[in-house]
Amino acid sequence: MILKLVWENVSFRPMRTLLSVLLIAFSVTSILTLVGMTHGFLDSSRKRNEGVGADILFRPKGSSVLSSMNGTPLSDKFVTQLAREPHVVATTGVADQLIGSTFDTISGIDQASFTRLSGPFVFLQGHGLEKPDDILLDRYYADQSHARLGQMIKVINHQWHVAGIVEPGKLAHLFVSVQTLDDLIGSPGKVTRIYIKLDDPRNTDLVIKQLSARYEGYPVYSMKDLESYYSVDSIPLLKYFTDTVLVTSVLFGFIVVALSMYMAVLQRTREIGILKSLGASKGFVIAIILAEAGALGVGGTLMGIILSFGTRWLLNTLTPASFPQAIVVEWWPIAGAIATGGALLGAIFPGALAVRQDPIEALAYE
Amino acid sequence: MNNDVIIHVRALRKIYRTGHVDVAALRGVDLDVPRGEFLSIVGPSGSGKSTLFHIIGGLTQPTEGEIRVAGHDLSAAGDSGRTELRRRYVSFVFQKFNLLPNLTARDNIRTALFIAGLPTQFDNAFHDTLDLLGIQGRLDHKPSEMSGGEQQRVALARALATKPTILLADEPTGNLDSRNSLAVLNLLRDLNARLGQTILMITHNAEAAAFGHRILHMSDGKIVDDAGIGL
Repeated sequence: MILKLVWENVSFRPMRTLLSVLLIAFSVTSILTLVGMTHGFLDSSRKRNEGVGADILFRPKGSSVLSSMNGTPLSDKFVTQLAREPHVVATTGVADQLIGSTFDTISGIDQASFTRLSGPFVFLQGHGLEKPDDILLDRYYADQSHARLGQMIKVINHQWHVAGIVEPGKLAHLFVSVQTLDDLIGSPGKVTRIYIKLDDPRNTDLVIKQLSARYEGYPVYSMKDLESYYSVDSIPLLKYFTDTVLVTSVLFGFIVVALSMYMAVLQRTREIGILKSLGASKGFVIAIILAEAGALGVGGTLMGIILSFGTRWLLNTLTPASFPQAIVVEWWPIAGAIATGGALLGAIFPGALAVRQDPIEALAYE
Repeated sequence: MNNDVIIHVRALRKIYRTGHVDVAALRGVDLDVPRGEFLSIVGPSGSGKSTLFHIIGGLTQPTEGEIRVAGHDLSAAGDSGRTELRRRYVSFVFQKFNLLPNLTARDNIRTALFIAGLPTQFDNAFHDTLDLLGIQGRLDHKPSEMSGGEQQRVALARALATKPTILLADEPTGNLDSRNSLAVLNLLRDLNARLGQTILMITHNAEAAAFGHRILHMSDGKIVDDAGIGL
């Protein structure tokens, strides 16, 4: 009977119910979109790092694995030095530089050594880096920025000529000559990291051991192990950002649900008075209000999940390079619990007001 | 107190505080209602009849005095005690019907049964009551799909479904035309005569009041006249 009452309550005022569900869904969608963006960003970074095809990553002294997406603290002399190590067949140094307010970076590469290690880019249009001011864009960035082959584009305050558009999957979404980039950022002869390819991937552990002994203090990672570092917890800034927005979403969801339930209870003052005149206990009234909040929470969760597919489509269409969004199924129950928990918490205050209401006043309510 | 007295009221006072001003709604009411009586209470607005009705029905507490309803001492009862009284012993019929707008007539009645802890399926005796009320064919309609007279008969059915010891009717014909008013009053009298249902009815209408066994006149928070009619 309680379920029947709850169902009749939510179906009797479809517009109010729809609005409440949409407000809760908005909170769920924000959480899922944010989490999806973080996972999408990390997943995309991991894939593009893997796409290089190296076996080992060599990092500057004092750096952590994903701590720096910016700057060039490593001398490019290491590139030739490391190439002489046993089992090493190819090395290439890459300089990274953030290009704006997002996490987008530009990769400075030495095209010859990079191609030897990683294989050639898959060109959709144009050709490789031939002149110092040439730039290659991957398809995602070209789509996102509406850049065309042959066009001049401004990146880090420099005009670049779009020489080629390539398939995504390696390093950043933009590639220029490492020499030009180093000159621009005032750090000639420096790189951010060095990729190493071995004669046989089975020698990875052996080579890492050798390099760690010879180059003390320089972090050396196998590309396979690097995968495990691509999590939110590994990047303090990303974790702080994610936590902040998550807490904001939860608070927003709670306030929205509390207001929505407050309005719902206010609208039903007279009905609560009727139930009380029939002998309904405080527990009965609050059970109905909480069950209704729970139902709205579940409805909002389902709609929020559906809407997160919409935001994924939107982000992956409009900003595939900067803000790729993944669908993170593991977060569905978490977002659902946050939304439904928020709905229940939000309903407690108006529910408590409702059960304390004088039945005579409630019956007189118009 | 006589065992046949179902409502026993002595020196009942109710004072409402509005801001810093105390307003006395009841100023010492004495009343005994025997089981099976159909009692009409009349009086002008502000005479205290609704307050008396609300206290007898357990909707509000008295400020002072003694009151026993269906064996329950309401002078000392808390919220849960008064809720229990409403759930099991007292039913209301209001001028504004007070049906739950989102439920059908059937579900309005079933809700009352559910709250009272009774089976929500209608038994044969209750089907006879529905026949008597003439609403068998309207059970699957919502209040907005029914006339005022039909809504009041559904409210009456809901009130009777839990087989209350006392039926409290507050201006039950106040929102009805003369034909429907007469039908509802005849039903109340019929229920009282056939089932021995104790009924307290508040009304402004002298003709309606005459359907009771006894008429109480209230004024300024007191009973000023107690006239037996049919008894």
